[in-house]
Amino acid sequence: MSRGEYLLRRLGLGIVVIIGVLMITFIVSYIIPGDPARLYLGSRATPEKLAQARHELGLDQPIPLQFVSYISRLVHGELGISFRTKRPILDDIKIRLPATLELVISSMLLALFVGLPIGVLGAARRGKIFDQVSRLITIGGVSIPSFWLALILQLFFFLYLRWLPLGGRLINEVIMSHPIQIKTGFYLIDAAISGNWVAWWDAFIHLILPVAVLATYPISLVVRMTRASMIEVLSETYITSARASGLTEREILFKLALKNAFIPTLTILGLLFAYSITGSVLVEVVFSLPGLGSYMADAILSTDIYVLFAVTLVVTLIYIIVNLVIDLIQAAIDPRIRLGGREDL
Amino acid sequence: MAFSKIAKRLLNRFPTFEIEQGSTIWFFRRDRIALISLAFIVILSILAILAPLITPYANEGLGEPNILQKLQTPSVVHPFGTDSLGRDILARILFGARTSLIAGLIIVAAAVLIGTISGAVAGYFGGWIDEVIMRVTDIFLAFPPLLLAMTVAAVLEPSLKNAILAITLTWWPWYTRLARAQTVSVRERDYVKAAHGMGVKNFTIILRHIVPNIITPILVQGTLDIGAAIITVSSLSFLGLGVPPPTAEWGAMVREGREYIQIGKWWIPTFPGLALFLTTMAFNFLGDSIQVVTNPKTRGETL
Repeated sequence: MSRGEYLLRRLGLGIVVIIGVLMITFIVSYIIPGDPARLYLGSRATPEKLAQARHELGLDQPIPLQFVSYISRLVHGELGISFRTKRPILDDIKIRLPATLELVISSMLLALFVGLPIGVLGAARRGKIFDQVSRLITIGGVSIPSFWLALILQLFFFLYLRWLPLGGRLINEVIMSHPIQIKTGFYLIDAAISGNWVAWWDAFIHLILPVAVLATYPISLVVRMTRASMIEVLSETYITSARASGLTEREILFKLALKNAFIPTLTILGLLFAYSITGSVLVEVVFSLPGLGSYMADAILSTDIYVLFAVTLVVTLIYIIVNLVIDLIQAAIDPRIRLGGREDL
Repeated sequence: MAFSKIAKRLLNRFPTFEIEQGSTIWFFRRDRIALISLAFIVILSILAILAPLITPYANEGLGEPNILQKLQTPSVVHPFGTDSLGRDILARILFGARTSLIAGLIIVAAAVLIGTISGAVAGYFGGWIDEVIMRVTDIFLAFPPLLLAMTVAAVLEPSLKNAILAITLTWWPWYTRLARAQTVSVRERDYVKAAHGMGVKNFTIILRHIVPNIITPILVQGTLDIGAAIITVSSLSFLGLGVPPPTAEWGAMVREGREYIQIGKWWIPTFPGLALFLTTMAFNFLGDSIQVVTNPKTRGETL
């Protein structure tokens, strides 16, 4: 299979998956809840009003037709109106997405910077104390409930030590005295562009705890993945010959071996993204961050189903695209990958 | 490492048996953490089953308020303190263990069942059946885990049953992939061909000859996942989905206790969360050890 054919097949599969995802969200959001019109109007609506709302929402049409109009609305960027805020959902998402992405991207970067070296050293000192301790910590890391860890860190760093803020993105004083000019919605970037270092620092210390909590699971995952693939790479002959030719252990580990061991780690980047973005729902609730996660949590409490489905859909589409890009990057950098090889075999 | 030396000395005082390599006892003698984890899970299960007999506050464990005792600091009478309704938190944790353990087991068992059958069918028949099952699997795997579960649980009425349903819905595809891969590797074996040649029906072949030969790695994966299932149920409860009050559930208890942290009542969310953490960790250590031992690549590795 040529590279072009592989690209086409991978894109084709992506489209099949996207259509499937749309069907599932449609089925669960329009058919299972019984009567969205009643949810829309509340329980005290009169039958006439219900009938009118049903007509307005297009619920009186046959289901296949509803699906088609659902798709055409999505294509035009209409994600519906929130029951709770009565605002277009797309506008809400646009405002809230940057806060979540800032959080998610920061914690993924942290996971890589912390996780890669620990994984490499764990493989180099396989079975030794360092390796065993890192096994304990990584299993602890995947076991700790993020919402609880967040509370415990708040308790310690805010209530007890008073070092870090409780939550939010900025304190009110900074919002008043050094407002950030919003360009990208990423506070760290916006504040840095305009040289607003007071606000930058405040945004930074507000991010420390949420990022640390959100990175806990990904760090553990990166450590375990890197360790496993490093162990495999280190047993190969080119490493032995490098050792024989007198390269230092550090050069062998971090330059030679890591280059090849990094490729399998790349595959879990997509998974890390998925974990981080769903984890952000829990983390944003605890740290009162105005992102997609807390939008989702509010929607859960008020059964604002269109918001739930819109967010699920947007996040899932981002996730599918992230995975697609990772697959393509991988195919580009690793000649050993059989193009079109079924990953589930 | 003084502690490990003492522990080693204690363990060495037990009479040594002739232990067959690879047997269960051999495995647990080598891996102390797995042994401790297993002991923790067994003890927790016993405590959960006997909860009404152990705690003097069984009514409170089931949800009955006791306002006169509200927000008590941990003490001899209430080792983990009491919550905002005056209920003994230790009792609530013991009753919460029932919820978490049962939910975790049901989710994994249901997902393993659905995944094994669909994966075996896909792998055995191949062709368009395979294509359809695996594309459906791809679609479910395209959702970030937990996100779909949250949404489905929110659409349904909040209850333990619906939380379990919502999580199972997102959980099975992983086992389908595993089961399919395993099935493809045993499909061409002689005993399957022989059965086929003798005219045994396809579904009998799948149930009698394929499933028993592919189930071990799937069950290992299942054990590994119980911890994750428990934490997922609690995450839904923390968001207000899942178990409605007054049933005790660890995630819901952390949620209830959250607002009290700022007025210094730290024990309300701390102990239920700790119980959740330790239980998940015990399952994860156990699963990890089982995986290391059953994986031929890492078999000889010291733990």
